[in-house]
Amino acid sequence: MMLLLIILVPTVLSGLAMVVPWNQWRPLLIPLAATLHLGLVITTLSGGETSAFDRWLAIDPLNRVFLLAISCIYLLCALYAPGYLWARANRSNRVLCGCVLLFLGVTSLVCLSHHLGLMWVAMETTTLVTAPCIYFNHNARALEATWKYLLIGSVGIALALLGSFFLAYAMIQAGSESTLLFDELVEHSHKISHPWLHAAFILLVVGYGTKMGLAPMHTWKPDAYGEAPGMIGALLAGVLTSVAFLCVLRFFHIAHIAHEDRFAQRILVFFGLLSMGTAAVFMARQKDIKRCLAYSSVEHMGMLAFGIGLGGMAVGGSLLHVFHNGICKVALFLAAGNIHRAYGSKSTDEVTGVIRRLPISGVVLLAGFFAITGSPLFGPFVSEFQILNGAFEAGKPALGLCFLLFLLLVFFGMGNTLVNCAFGPLPEEGTTTQFSDRFSVVFPLLLAIGLTVLLGVWTPEPLPAWITDAQQFLQRSPAE
Amino acid sequence: MMTALLEPCMVIAVLLNFYILSVSRLKMLIVVVAIQGVILGLMYPIVHQGFAPTAEAGLDLIPLVRLLALTIAIIAIKGSLIPVMLNRAVLLADIRSTVTSVIGFVPSLLIGGVGAAIVFVFAQQLPVSPDHHSPLLIPTSLTTVLTGFLILVTRREALAQVLGYIVMENGIFIFGLLLIEAVPILVELGVVLDLFVGVFVMGIIVHHVSRAFPEASTEHLASLKEL
Repeated sequence: MMLLLIILVPTVLSGLAMVVPWNQWRPLLIPLAATLHLGLVITTLSGGETSAFDRWLAIDPLNRVFLLAISCIYLLCALYAPGYLWARANRSNRVLCGCVLLFLGVTSLVCLSHHLGLMWVAMETTTLVTAPCIYFNHNARALEATWKYLLIGSVGIALALLGSFFLAYAMIQAGSESTLLFDELVEHSHKISHPWLHAAFILLVVGYGTKMGLAPMHTWKPDAYGEAPGMIGALLAGVLTSVAFLCVLRFFHIAHIAHEDRFAQRILVFFGLLSMGTAAVFMARQKDIKRCLAYSSVEHMGMLAFGIGLGGMAVGGSLLHVFHNGICKVALFLAAGNIHRAYGSKSTDEVTGVIRRLPISGVVLLAGFFAITGSPLFGPFVSEFQILNGAFEAGKPALGLCFLLFLLLVFFGMGNTLVNCAFGPLPEEGTTTQFSDRFSVVFPLLLAIGLTVLLGVWTPEPLPAWITDAQQFLQRSPAE
Repeated sequence: MMTALLEPCMVIAVLLNFYILSVSRLKMLIVVVAIQGVILGLMYPIVHQGFAPTAEAGLDLIPLVRLLALTIAIIAIKGSLIPVMLNRAVLLADIRSTVTSVIGFVPSLLIGGVGAAIVFVFAQQLPVSPDHHSPLLIPTSLTTVLTGFLILVTRREALAQVLGYIVMENGIFIFGLLLIEAVPILVELGVVLDLFVGVFVMGIIVHHVSRAFPEASTEHLASLKEL
């Protein structure tokens, strides 16, 4: 029942948001749902029910980490929602609130589902519920971004479906009872048909990798993140991409048990490095703050895939990085959202002197930049260092050096954009809007950046133990 | 017996793929894609028959009714609901009635043809269960996916791209026929429903596109890019 509640509570509140007639009070449902969700998640994870509906929904060491991550990241975004939507009171937020709430329900379903088909349906639904959010501003640019997002996302998810079919067929081929339940797939995967598994794995990584935003399937990301409200960017970069990564991990796990880990690792390292390289190239001389952050998201998704591809201790680093990247991205995107509101622009040509115009958002943006590029004292440093360490430990120094090189390039590219707009002259009077750093739009940023700093020096229990469990779960030696 | 019925269906599906690649009138394209959808709907009960040993099980009505209902649902959605909706979008949005291709029609046909040949050779390499119906099923499915993909990336008009997406989903559906026993009804319905919702949402977007820009061509959707 608890597992079902985790999905149902946000879904029911989403329905409620669609019927509540008061534009001003409706956004409060989002933090309410997020708080209830986190409460339910913590109760469940600390010894509640572990499976429901014949194990179609289940908690295992892997999705435990992700469920906690998305619930925390979502809560940070949710706290920002009322302040942001009050600042945009001229526009109806009915559809946005409904979709954002439903988004929490379906991403939880993706996390919890132990059934290939159910997971796929839930993932497709995330595309459909986030599209109206990207179109919130109702202008030509938002429409273009939404169109690309829908089309690329749908194609990705269609390829993932084909991959799922291939996987199911690979099981039939092996003569075992065909099934779509992960537990049974993992149990029988040592006798799976290998050619079909190869084809399936590639399609699944390309399909779910599109939702993650791995290069070269990342092209929707800069447009969608650039045109969507900052809060939606944070949700996509922190929550949606993380659950898509979980989907990829599910299939990596199956490939591992089928003794195909070398094949799977090579593919993940390839996409990982390609994403980091692509991000580094496009971040150089990037003039748009939000697009710059979008490429940073491409880079970090690459890091996650790269870490899993390396194996060993880098796997733990990747899993930890889901938290660090998500929370830090919330700080960055929300700060960028405030800046966009205040300047009416997100181009470095017009946005200068942020530190003086919006002192708190400006400082958070700078701190977030140092954090996400892996500066010591911040959370991402810990996980990125662990991934790097994993590369050298696995005897792949060349890959480790590539990783370092891309980090360095990204640091300069991103620094060039963000530092330029943080400092510099104040814009002339009258060219900016009335928006200012009010408490309601600033405290979630401070909370997120505070957490990033905290995670840099101390990882609270039981997270380290859970990460280790998840790592062992993924690297458990095959049955035979 | 079943193979005898199934194979002509698949040959028609493949031929329709080539026709789809060469059609330049939007209305015609909608009709052809709908016909392909109906053929897929007809293949569904044929394949199902092949699996179920009806003679031993006797006359069990419930699976039969379910099968019929699903077949009718698939044919209704793919063959009438989606084309009607797309035609409405064409009317409402006053969309230009011709489809244009980035690379031209002859090259896209050529790519489609070569692609199909490669797929048919490639499919020979894959291990196949001895008990399934036709050696044509896997290559037909992959060719259709390829055709859909080709339409999706080479056609300029938003609606033509939606149709490309539908053709791609048709190809995936053909592969799904291999797994009727494995894939429970939820997934079968999920496929059709998602297709429907996807097109529905895309239809709304097309409507918005055409209000924002004349002719609903994605060429107008080109302001977001790297300099």
